[in-house]
Amino acid sequence: MKTGVRSVLGLALCAAISAAAAADAVHGEQVHARCLACHALAYDRVGPRHCGLFGRRAGSVAGFDYSPAMKASRIVWTDKTLDRFLTRPMKMIPGTAMTYDGIPDPKDRADLIAYLKRVDQTPSCGEHAPSMSSPAS
Amino acid sequence: MSFFEMPHPVAARRLFLGRSGAVLSGAAVALLAGREALAAKSDGANAQDVQILNTALGAELEAIAAYQLGAQSKLLQGATLDLALTFQGHHKEHADVLAKTVEKLGGKPVTAKSDYHFPADQLKSQTDVLKFAAKLEQGAVSAYLGAVPLFGNRDLAKAAASILGDEAMHWAVLRQALGETPVPAAFMS
Repeated sequence: MKTGVRSVLGLALCAAISAAAAADAVHGEQVHARCLACHALAYDRVGPRHCGLFGRRAGSVAGFDYSPAMKASRIVWTDKTLDRFLTRPMKMIPGTAMTYDGIPDPKDRADLIAYLKRVDQTPSCGEHAPSMSSPAS
Repeated sequence: MSFFEMPHPVAARRLFLGRSGAVLSGAAVALLAGREALAAKSDGANAQDVQILNTALGAELEAIAAYQLGAQSKLLQGATLDLALTFQGHHKEHADVLAKTVEKLGGKPVTAKSDYHFPADQLKSQTDVLKFAAKLEQGAVSAYLGAVPLFGNRDLAKAAASILGDEAMHWAVLRQALGETPVPAAFMS
């Protein structure tokens, strides 16, 4: 019995390591370019900031004007929930303001998630994030 | 005369910009002309279409502000400043059409924010501004590409695709101005 449990755990560990190794954060940064009409890493735009995403409850960035659907979603962003959302945002959260058809390729999604996790540990998302300015109207 | 036959690059660029503006205006007129038909087709799918249009409108309004930041930075000179202002004008046309269409569909168009946040401290040269603009335009192409299949109304999808084409031209011209390959791939995603 113990041997069986160990085998299962071993397989799960191998699968996790394999998935982590397979994710390509460099390519993920290229995928992230698709987000840049609406999102930035360290500040809110048409969409909320991406820094600090993992472990954050959906609809919880202070001061950002979310859709009612996003605020009511009760989702916490993890690899799994983000992968599901990125596949078909409007299917997972009907009424979301992220009116985007989704990223159909699982590898693209995995790489994007790997990039977002990596960049979250860099100065781009830390205290050295760029200071902001707005044009005079 | 084709702009490929123009003797001077500046003259060719002016001709290109003039024509691209004319093309965009034609698309805008076509969209506006179709609004009566759109309103007549009002149904439950309208709510999603209005949401898509409003998200696009929010991004267009921010793009207008971003080009304003670039224009006021004093980092853009001569023809490059002309280019930025021309592209800003296109975004104003997009925003105007989107807002009017949202209204026609019974929705409430989003309005420009009182202030937008941009990484101004990272914009120290003309190249920085052009790179910033190019990233926004590339993102805009992807955003419209991701929105087109979602429209319940195919006329709106067509109109959004028209704007997508304009954003793609902006991106290519900005890349050209940066000395990069203007069209780096056969497909966009």
